[in-house]
This record gives sequence, C-alpha cells and structure tokens, in this order.
Amino acid sequence: MSNCLSGNEAVAYAIKQINPDVMGAFPITPSTEIPEHFAQYVADGEVDTEYVTVESEHSSMSVCVAAEAAGARSVCATSSCGLALMYELLYIAASCRLPITLACVNRALSGPININNDHSDSMGARDSGWIQIYAENNQEAYDNFIMAVPVGETPSVRLPVMTCMDGFITSHAVENIELLETDAVRKFVGEYNPENYLLKKENPLAVGPYDISPYYMEHKVMEAEAMKAAKARILEVAAEFAKISGRHYGLFEEYRMEDAQLALVLIGSSAGTAKAAVDKLRENGVKAGLIKVRVFRPFPGEELARALANTKAVAVMDKSEGFSANGGPLFAETRSALYDLKDRPYLIDIVYGLGGRDLKTEDVEEVFGRLAYITVTGETGPVYTHLGQRQRRR
Amino acid sequence: MIHAKDINEHTPLEDLTPGGEIYEAGTARDFNTGTWRTDTPVFIAQACKHCMLCVPFCPDIAIPVKDGKRLEFDYMHCKGCGICENVCPFAAIKMVTGGEPI
Amino acid sequence: MVTNDMVEIRWHGRGGQGAKMACLLLAEVAGLEGKFVQGFPEYGPERMGAPITAYNRISEKRCTIHSNIYYPNYVVVLDETLLDSVDVTEGLKEGGAIIINTPSSPAEIRSKLRGWTGKVCTIDARRISEEILGKNFPNTPLLAAVIKVSGALEIERFFTDIEESFKHKFATKPQVIEGNMATLKKSMEEVQVG
Repeated sequence: MSNCLSGNEAVAYAIKQINPDVMGAFPITPSTEIPEHFAQYVADGEVDTEYVTVESEHSSMSVCVAAEAAGARSVCATSSCGLALMYELLYIAASCRLPITLACVNRALSGPININNDHSDSMGARDSGWIQIYAENNQEAYDNFIMAVPVGETPSVRLPVMTCMDGFITSHAVENIELLETDAVRKFVGEYNPENYLLKKENPLAVGPYDISPYYMEHKVMEAEAMKAAKARILEVAAEFAKISGRHYGLFEEYRMEDAQLALVLIGSSAGTAKAAVDKLRENGVKAGLIKVRVFRPFPGEELARALANTKAVAVMDKSEGFSANGGPLFAETRSALYDLKDRPYLIDIVYGLGGRDLKTEDVEEVFGRLAYITVTGETGPVYTHLGQRQRRR
Repeated sequence: MIHAKDINEHTPLEDLTPGGEIYEAGTARDFNTGTWRTDTPVFIAQACKHCMLCVPFCPDIAIPVKDGKRLEFDYMHCKGCGICENVCPFAAIKMVTGGEPI
Repeated sequence: MVTNDMVEIRWHGRGGQGAKMACLLLAEVAGLEGKFVQGFPEYGPERMGAPITAYNRISEKRCTIHSNIYYPNYVVVLDETLLDSVDVTEGLKEGGAIIINTPSSPAEIRSKLRGWTGKVCTIDARRISEEILGKNFPNTPLLAAVIKVSGALEIERFFTDIEESFKHKFATKPQVIEGNMATLKKSMEEVQVG
C-alpha cells in the first residue's frame, strides 16, 4: 500500500496497526506528534488501546513500566528533554526486563535551547539497557517500530526497545512509504503472552524487589546476556519481516562497500545524504562506501570490524557530542571494535550536525577528501574534529 | 519455576529470575525476620480497647486482626521497633529488652 | 543523488501563512501521481509571522538526500514583505523561476530581486483567496501557480488528485472544497510570467 506520510505519521500508523494494550502518553512539547496522531485513532475508536495521559514523561514511562509488568503490551513516544526526564524509568524498564517499545524522535538536548535534530538524547541513554534501532527515513522508522515489538518480547531477550528517527528531518518530512496491511502487522507482532505477569491469578508476580549486592551483580549479568542474545534475534525478526514486506534489514547497512577503500560510519538520515556523495565519488573513480549503523544497542562490533577490515581510512561521523574530549560515542564503539583487526584502517572522528546544523553532500565529499589525503600521506592529523561550525582558520 | 524459598546467596545466576521477579505472593512467610529484634513488645490484653491504632502504624503488618479484635503479635515478623507502644493510648503495649517473646 | 528529472522547490513564508501546509500538500499530490517526493519544513522560531522555509523534492527515483535545498529550481514567496529581509533568490538555478504573491506585475517586482535575471512570476493570491474563500489563505493559489509554472505535475491529473486530498483533509467541512478548487483554477489562469 503506497502512501506519503511524515515519520511521525508513519510511526503513529504502525502503533495503530499493532493496536497495543496501553500507551503512556505525554502528548505535548517536547513530545512528538506521534501521541497526537495516535490520540485521533483512539478517539475514532480505531484501536482498543488504553491511552493514559499523564503530567510528564517520567510518568508516561512509569505507566508503561506498570502496564507492561501487569502483562499489557505498552508503547510510548518522546523526544529530547522528554527522554531525559524518563531517564530513571528507562533503567527500571530495562532492569525489570519489560519489553516496552518507545519511539524516540531524536532532537538536541538544551542548552542552549534548541529543538532541532541531533542524537544527544538517545545517545545519552545508550547505556540504560534498551535496545536501540535507528532509522534513515520514514519507511525505516515504520518498519523498525513493527520489528521492535517481537524483538523485545522474545523470552530470551525481554528488553525494552527504543526506535529512533531524526527529528524534523525524518519526523516532519513527508515522503513516499509502503505500508503493510493491518492484518499482516497484527499477525507479525502476534499476541503478547508473557509467561508471568502481575495479574496472573495462578502465581501473582512481585516485580522490582530491592536487590541487595549478593544478587544485583547476577541480575546485571543476566541483563547483559539478554542484550547479547538480542543481536541474533534482531536478525531473525528482520528475516521474518522481509518475508512480509520484501524489505531487508541487517544490524547495519553496507553501501557500496564491496571494494571500498574510504568509508564512513554514521547513523540516521545523514546516511542517505552521504549515499548521494558516495555515488558521485564512485562516478569519479573514488572507491568510497559507507556503513549505516542501524542497531546501536546491542553494538555490532565484530560484524563492523569485518565489514571495515579491507578499508584504508574510515571516518566515523557522530551526531552527538559526548564531551569525552576523546570523540563521540559512535567513534568510541567503532574504534574499540576495530582494535582486534590485524591491519586496522586509519580512523578519524567527525562530530557534525549538532542542533540541526544541516549536512550537505558537499560536506560529505569534504570528509572523503580528508580520508583520501590521509591514505596518501599516511598522516591522520587531528583524530577528533568537528564539521560545519564557523571557526577562524588556525 | 523457581520459588523464593529456593533462592539464596549461593544460587548461581542461571537459576535466578529475570529482573529478580518473584512468582508467588506472601513470600514473607518463608523468612523469619523476627530474629532481627533486640527489643520485644508485650501485649497487655486486659488494657487493650481494640481501638486498632497500632495496626496501621506497624511497619511490618505484625499485628494480626480477627473479627474486630487485635490478636497477639506475629513475632516472626515483628522487628521490635516500638512504634506500637508509642501510639497506644491505653498503655496496652510495653516494650521489654531482648529479642525473645515473653 | 540529484538527478536531472528532479524538481526542487523552496518555499518562503511567515509562520501561519500555510507554507508548510502547501509544501506537504504538494508532496502528497505528487505522491499520488506516482512520483517520489519529499516535503519538509525548516523550523525557526515557532511564532506567527516569523520567516519560515519549506522544501519539496519531486523525482522519478527515490531521493536519499536529506539536507535542505540550496539550489532550487523554483522559489515560492508567500509574502511580498519577505523580499526586503530574505535573499529569496539565493542559489536559484538559472532557467528556474521565482513565484511571488503580489498584486504587482513581474516587471514591477523584479527590482526587489537583487539582480535575479531569470523568470519572475506573480500572482495576487490574497485577492483571489479573499474573493473566493472570503479569507486570506495565500498558500492554495501559490500551489496552483507553482504547478503551472514548473510543469512538475500533469495539470488535469493534479486537479483530480488534489480534490481527493481535499476530501480527506476537509472531511469535517466539505463546503470549503469547492472554494479551494475554484481558487486553484483561478490562480492557474491568472499567474503572470515575466
């Protein structure tokens, strides 16, 4: 079914098709249009969802935690400071092993006050125990949300899933999209049948007990093992999804990487812009390629190392500033993943696109130019730099 | 399914439950926390008017009630905090030294 | 990548004038015609009257570029007063056109266009809207004008598809559909090219 929808509309439509039991909704700024569009479906009686409006994101995630523990499939949507306000509950959801699905529209965190796209919100939550899947466009945002449900609910995984899309660039842009039939979506996600839940009369559940140190470490290891198990499950679900959609997804997407010598590693909508730059460079005989990281948690380190093993120089492009003084979060992961390679490519980090600073194809070409220069001179130069800011030449 | 009574500080993580969830109700019955007590309340039945003030104040639900009457302390769960003695308007509860019920 | 068949349009308006709405409507209608589309606003200060920009890409293949449009084929200006404060023809491609909401003629308005020598089109969107709809909604007339001037969509098909969109959009107030359709047709007739 072909259509034209914004990213927000697409995800709201996916939620409608899933028909979850509960949505914890704080439907005003800094949330997204997702709960707003979904509220219309609720008002029109098109879904059976209990739509719980609350006074903050701390509460919307609390609603999801409680509902999911009670055995109800729960969803949520937020953005930017809204995600920040959920922070405490993100850990609760993950550690209680509650497979909530959350749509995160990636926007900058204040301050200075800014509402535009970057990845600082979800990157801040990258260690909270949530699976994180990022979208390049509205189609992927829609597909990812549908796939997130069976991934998170898998008994060996049982982790919440955050599906991320770029604020405004994807969330507010209307583009073509292929929607699945609702019956196909419902069949794909199935019924939520957790083995145990609060309201199960045979054995009522106590959830979230105080975990003293003789137990906490064990539970954290179990959570870490679940995150490892999620990797294979994400691929299985993607393979099942391909059968109903014809669209194929991996842990990351390799674009023209077959013989690539110069490569980018990046996340989200910028990958689309960078693909155009890669095409142009390829026309000029430059062996350029890129890897778009789709699944950031669990991080596909070994797979990424294999994919980059034959490159000469790689630029990791971070759309969030981690303030580590040593590069952004994607860079840290990528560099760590490449450590075990015998012959490692030159590696640089470029922080770009903060607070909605636009990334143009010309900017990407400039990055490739730098990589070409590095391979010729063998000099990496400054490893961690920024792109697109006004600055005096030094 | 593993029961709470079978989980202890030697249980390997493979046998623990995800998130530490507990698949049954009333597991406090399995743990005698009355041994933590260093002072013990004594119930003086003849002074008690069954006003029930002590019942909600008890942090450990260690004062059973039946047919509108409060009963003897549940010493398996009473920690000996003394709040009941403090709130009792009729001096029907008296704390004594030592953990053993008299 | 930017292919030869791709039409890129940049809209300039003020918050509340419906530039975003027109941009998204164009994307929707072009999508109905089987084109690949993008329609996206650029948000500045979210206040009535603040200058805003919106963009369209229309092409035969899916465009993966998600940056703003710096070299548009067409520029649409919903409010003449923007010409004093915004360099609206910046990056406008040679052979392209600018479409301005103004009662003036193309020849009269050209002097405000900072040396732009290409095609200038004008339309008195305010008058048309006020005459037919009784209110100033400049976006619909300008949408018609850009369709006419750009040739990005086949005109007969455009009318059929947009009527469908209106039926959906104005499901609760069908009485405004006729007026909007009339506005579109009138604007197509009246747009001046100079």
